[in-house]
Amino acid sequence: MTPLQRVQEQFSKEVIETHTFRGDETLMIHPSALKVIAKFLKETAELDFNFLMDLTAVDYLFFAGGRIQKEFRFEVVYHFYSLKHNHRLRIKVPVDEKSPEVDTLTDLWASADWYEREVWDMFGIRFKGHPNLKRILMYEQFQGHALRKDYPFNKRQPLIGPKY
Amino acid sequence: MSTQTRSMLLNVGPSHPAMHGVIRLIMELDGEKIKGVDVEIGYLHRAFEKMCETVMYTQCFPYTDRLNYVSPLINNVGFALTVEKLLGIDIPERAKYIRVIMSEISRVSDHLTCIGATAMELGAMSVFLYMIKAREYLYELVEEITGARLTISYVRIGGVKADLTAGFTDKCFQKIADVRKVLIEADELLTRNRIFFDRMKDTGIISKEDAIAHGITGPFLRGSGVAYDVRKANPYLIYDRLDFEVPVGTKGDNLDRYFVRMAEMEQSLRMIEQCFQQIPDGAIAGELTGCLIPAAQMVDRAKMGQTDGLIEDEVDLDPTLQGSTKKYSKSINTDRRDVALPPKEETYSNIEGLMNHFKLVMYGHGIRPVVGEAYFPVEGANGELGFYIVSDGRDQPWRVRVHPPCFPIMAALPKCLVGSMMADLVPTFGSVNMIAGELDR
Repeated sequence: MTPLQRVQEQFSKEVIETHTFRGDETLMIHPSALKVIAKFLKETAELDFNFLMDLTAVDYLFFAGGRIQKEFRFEVVYHFYSLKHNHRLRIKVPVDEKSPEVDTLTDLWASADWYEREVWDMFGIRFKGHPNLKRILMYEQFQGHALRKDYPFNKRQPLIGPKY
Repeated sequence: MSTQTRSMLLNVGPSHPAMHGVIRLIMELDGEKIKGVDVEIGYLHRAFEKMCETVMYTQCFPYTDRLNYVSPLINNVGFALTVEKLLGIDIPERAKYIRVIMSEISRVSDHLTCIGATAMELGAMSVFLYMIKAREYLYELVEEITGARLTISYVRIGGVKADLTAGFTDKCFQKIADVRKVLIEADELLTRNRIFFDRMKDTGIISKEDAIAHGITGPFLRGSGVAYDVRKANPYLIYDRLDFEVPVGTKGDNLDRYFVRMAEMEQSLRMIEQCFQQIPDGAIAGELTGCLIPAAQMVDRAKMGQTDGLIEDEVDLDPTLQGSTKKYSKSINTDRRDVALPPKEETYSNIEGLMNHFKLVMYGHGIRPVVGEAYFPVEGANGELGFYIVSDGRDQPWRVRVHPPCFPIMAALPKCLVGSMMADLVPTFGSVNMIAGELDR
């Protein structure tokens, strides 16, 4: 049984959709179940995901030139890895534009700390319960969130260059 | 009279001689003991991920060069493999071997820089010079193949830019022997050196559990005794055909990480040697029956319609385009015409080849993977370097995310430092091998 099937079996109600594209197993889950599923991933012996390898987000505003409409604007993407079983799993959590907030995973994996700060910095998604949620790559006075699709890539701000 | 004691705040960086990159550490000191560290990064943020969303897939390669600028070839390979996974294509055997050879050369040069810089900061200036000398040997090899030393942009989606040059194998074996000599020299100078040994031993310790919790990979994790190496765990390219070991430490201190890096360099050199034994031949010479003619002449003849026998001829190209002729292209590039550029003879001599070329380089056309997402990890010099790319079916990536290997290590830096002496910062920071380019992106 693959990790994807195991989680699907356990949390059939919480899983929105699954797919396996090019061998990457992906689960889309309800934001409310994130903490429970994350705990399950870490503490179940046959899954044993001890690495939170990567945490990032994707902004789907005007995706594919507007041809593909997503229900929610953002998705927070988690990549887990198990050292013991040598398997990987990707978990995605849809996030609404109006109240961009998901639960923090800092109490389960210490590595979530900086990753979540980066997602907050770049996408403006808040992590509920994060101990020190402040900007990491940009400076505190920076306006907006740079990796959002409605932030122009050539926009200048006073502290980083001439305004034009 | 009463004496008041309070801790002192010391600011190290963003520009400091013992910091090999722009980073700021705000340290709370009690005498010489470190009570707390606040790490501030982002001084070299150049919006890598944002810029990749504005260009075509192939145009991302120059950006990836500038991530880990000590071993840029591995970044190139990682990005190319992710796009290839997204496209679902395979590349020719020879290209795979070339990629591995170049990656391993880069890894050795990265480790040489790391150990050399650490040794220099601990006072061993001569070791630094010897190691940079050895790195120079390797850069010469890289320069011979790619035409550049640092910003190489060598790998292409579906293959590599140029084939190995004639006589490269012998040159490479010669340089490997030279590098080995330097490694023995450095080993003699450092490993039994009282000052170096005492300052590295039992400093910057991180336990196995902490390292895993922080998501640390690479030599830093292996120093703590976890034998995780992407090349063994999820072998990509042809790593499963190579015989190599994964060195691990026991305690997770700076000395262990030094030993791991020294041992890894030897393993990398062994891998290069094995690659040269296994690599299939390139340059398909037999199929070409025509003569060698200059590029301009070929284009003129094709324009005037004098195409008789032109397809048989070989074009004489500028050295910067070496490897894109029919003779080499086949063995180092995929034959999928929606991914790799056609050989230059076809572009110059017939309309189909020319159209194929333009379809791949024009905005709005180019390489267009289907809608989907892929994550591909490779073993970078500092640990797992992963690219996560989301495609929306157009010629530009919708989202490119890099998992930079030294990001989690920097996040765990306070863990290694708190409770130790101020002077331990220097060897610990050295063994992190922070590369601001990939940390801040």
